[in-house]
Amino acid sequence: MASPSPKSPEQSEKNKQYDRQLRLWGDHGQTALENGHICLINATALGTETLKSIVLPGVGAITIVDDSTVTDEDIGSNFFLECSSVGINRGSEALRLILELNSAVQGHSVQESTDQILLENPDFFKAFSVVIATALGEKTIQELSQHLWDINVPFILCRSVGFLGSFRIQLKEHAVVESHPDNEQPDLRLDMPFPALKSFLDNFDLDVVELKDHGHIPWIVIIYKAIEKWRLKNNNQWPMSTKEKNEIREIIRDFIRKDENGIPINEENFAETLRAVNTALVPTFLPVKIQKLIYNSAAINLTNESSPFWIMCSALRNFVETEGKGKLPVCGALPDMTASTDHYIQLQNIYRNQAAIDAEAIYRKVQQITAQLHCETISETEVKLFCRHAHNLYLIKGSCIAQEYRLESSVASYIARYLEEPNVMMVHYILLRAAERFLSEHCRAPGDWEPEGDISKLKSCVSKLLSDISCSPFPKDDHVHEMCRYGGAEIHSVSAFMGGCIAHEAIKIVTKQYIPVNNTFIHDSASTNSAVFTF
Amino acid sequence: MAGESQTSDHNQRRWHHIKKLLERSGPFCHPDFEPSPDILDFIMNSCKVLVVGAGGLGCELLKDLALMGFKKIHVIDLDTIELSNLNRQFLFRKNDIGLSKAKCAVDFVNKRVPGCEAVAHHCAIQDFDEGFYRQFHIVVCGLDSIVARRWLNGMLMSLLQYNDDGSLDQSSIIPLVDGGTEGFKGNARVILPGLSACIECTLDLYPPQKTYPLCTVANTPRLPEHCVEYVKVIQWAKENPWGNSVQLDGDDPHHLAWVLERAQERANKHGITGVTYRLTQGVLKNIIPAVASTNAAIAAVCATEVFKLATSSCANMNNYMIMNMADGVYTYTFNAEKRSDCLACSNVTRVMEIEPEATLQAIYNKLCDDQDYMMKSPGITTIINGRNKTLYMASVKSIEERTRDNLKKKVTELGLYNGADILVADITTPNTLTIKLKFSELEDIEMTH
Repeated sequence: MASPSPKSPEQSEKNKQYDRQLRLWGDHGQTALENGHICLINATALGTETLKSIVLPGVGAITIVDDSTVTDEDIGSNFFLECSSVGINRGSEALRLILELNSAVQGHSVQESTDQILLENPDFFKAFSVVIATALGEKTIQELSQHLWDINVPFILCRSVGFLGSFRIQLKEHAVVESHPDNEQPDLRLDMPFPALKSFLDNFDLDVVELKDHGHIPWIVIIYKAIEKWRLKNNNQWPMSTKEKNEIREIIRDFIRKDENGIPINEENFAETLRAVNTALVPTFLPVKIQKLIYNSAAINLTNESSPFWIMCSALRNFVETEGKGKLPVCGALPDMTASTDHYIQLQNIYRNQAAIDAEAIYRKVQQITAQLHCETISETEVKLFCRHAHNLYLIKGSCIAQEYRLESSVASYIARYLEEPNVMMVHYILLRAAERFLSEHCRAPGDWEPEGDISKLKSCVSKLLSDISCSPFPKDDHVHEMCRYGGAEIHSVSAFMGGCIAHEAIKIVTKQYIPVNNTFIHDSASTNSAVFTF
Repeated sequence: MAGESQTSDHNQRRWHHIKKLLERSGPFCHPDFEPSPDILDFIMNSCKVLVVGAGGLGCELLKDLALMGFKKIHVIDLDTIELSNLNRQFLFRKNDIGLSKAKCAVDFVNKRVPGCEAVAHHCAIQDFDEGFYRQFHIVVCGLDSIVARRWLNGMLMSLLQYNDDGSLDQSSIIPLVDGGTEGFKGNARVILPGLSACIECTLDLYPPQKTYPLCTVANTPRLPEHCVEYVKVIQWAKENPWGNSVQLDGDDPHHLAWVLERAQERANKHGITGVTYRLTQGVLKNIIPAVASTNAAIAAVCATEVFKLATSSCANMNNYMIMNMADGVYTYTFNAEKRSDCLACSNVTRVMEIEPEATLQAIYNKLCDDQDYMMKSPGITTIINGRNKTLYMASVKSIEERTRDNLKKKVTELGLYNGADILVADITTPNTLTIKLKFSELEDIEMTH
């Protein structure tokens, strides 16, 4: 039979390949990822597992920095090395096998040590969107993190030892417009309806004749009418308390049609209205989080170096102070609800139009600012996206790892607070740090040869750290003993878990979508527990 | 000789990392743990692990297990490779499109990890019987289908044997490690059949399936999804664009284009926006977003648990971990509780309470809709005077036609009584389940006596 098919809007090969992830971060997220360049320092199992989940979704390019040669031990834990790789440079072998995963990704390998690069060509790191490092010594960690902090390149420091894994993200400042909250609060403005919304709601008659139509009145209208009725009797107040909300519910129940026996008819839209009472009655307000952002000095003292994010925050502040009357722009999204097609689409358009009007006002302010500052213009699409998500903007102000390593007083007291609880995940943090110190003192991992003999040596590293933060020594040696048992072993499944998480964080940083960990994640695969700390 | 000792040295060094965990004792080890080189030998040469699914989780699991020392791995997957798999199923390349997932994955891992002896089964899990499943020490499962998961769970439960005193024969237990992901969320769990919560004990943890009410789709569409659903369930059957016998195939680009255009027409007519190719495909195929990183993390947690089970080097998670990577990285592990009257893993007959006046339809609906059963197309039989009697069965057309009228009849008209057993078969389980009927009002009458 001849194909009745019209012009086939066949997708591109790339869209098909990436379909399942495009549904998460969209085409613009994918473009951002494809413009990203990730640097991995040391192609350990943890390193290659991380790169794997960055290369598969199609990052633009990767560079591996590694000056070591492949050993038998590497082969045992690292999937991206082959038996024939033994004796060859680890970074170049790993790169070859990782690039097989995705032909769209560019790759480079640099067979030098990080120390050497820092010394001879520190500008090398400026090219990257994120630098990810595994298996680095204490001294290099501090120098590299300070350098990346200074040149403002995001850095993720990663570890995998025995059953323990950790990563620490260093970001100077990271703004997220699309944070993708799990439960977004609807922005309905029932307490202060804008003219188009008010006229729609006021013109709506609840006493429609047909039962079918009554069952298709959108809950927004029903709740608005209930509130109106309540306010008439209550000095035009807004219902806030539980008692008042219950009164609203009573009014809504009164609206429900009854059958000839006086029994309420089951109408889905009224059931929805009753369920919506709690969220719909939340008054429109400027969230404190957003208020802090728009009054942040970076949004007030703009320069021609200011990022688009701060310029848009500045324009947003101006909007809030003028047209917005203290409120954010209307977000424009209408939650799904039982309704006739006509009413739903009308309502949807009312919200969308207002959102467009508000976004347009902010876009004009942005244009004024960029013109005044003589800086690059910001596209209307970008401003619209910013306005759509203005209620959920997110900013991370990070701290430098070198500062954490120096255990300055604020860091010390932060750690001490958790140790006093006591918090076992913070104990793991201390052990990971102590093992790093052990390595720099003894040139091997604690317990690498045999565990028992290293317990007292590792214990003294722990004691030194604890005394640096004015904490008393651990009452028991069990965690020290466990770390010596690990002997610096890298367990593949632990690295694979951490690698998945780290790749994910790198993608969040590159796409500027979803919220990255702020700033330290520790995982114990033995107890299947994780914790996040903010150093 | 020199070559042989070199190989053995090489092997010693190769597994150096894992040997540290297995040949040393530690303060947090499982009480039964005796460090010894024999454990690695067991993992490599005796321990048989079945990986169910060679997709997003399966590829990762296979790699993880091979690098944790496991050699005797079997993999089952019915699917063939598609382009949209390649963003995460890292053992496959564009040249592999159309080939068996299980075979490709196994070939790749056996080649990359010398000594690995993985075996592929390109078939459905239902193609194997108890004898096949009984050979494994551990089953680990990375499936996207809840039905398949439940079937497999039922299979492992049916392998349980009970002693004469009613206690569980521990040697009949085959642990099940199960992982699942959706977008940036995932979960992993360890099930010790008969001892800890199984899939059926915790059916309520699965989110309800997204459905669109037919009356909305037909009469009051609001969302772009409603327009696509309309073309799928109503317009296709009405117009049969490729002839009567051609079913809508979400993978056929011509079908998709046709649906997209019709859905756009409907959307335009109603002023609905947002009917795109991606959305249309998503609705038609019920696509779940997926990304490499979440799969890698969840599969790795499962692999760690398989390693713990096989080696006792550490206590297993107890027993359910959820993970969310959208806002930071969050994990939470909790003890999902075993149901004492679980249909699958308890040795107890489930009781279903019904009205004495209830029809067979009411029982059928309960089996499909009730959070406790969530069956797809249950076939119901009973035994009357020692003879099997089919009350309703939808899966065979002729039987369906013959038994359809029974649905309208009261259960008492069908020979059922308070305390009668019904036998239920469904695709969610390989076993026939016995459910005891209890008439709800009778108890009240008894109490008034």
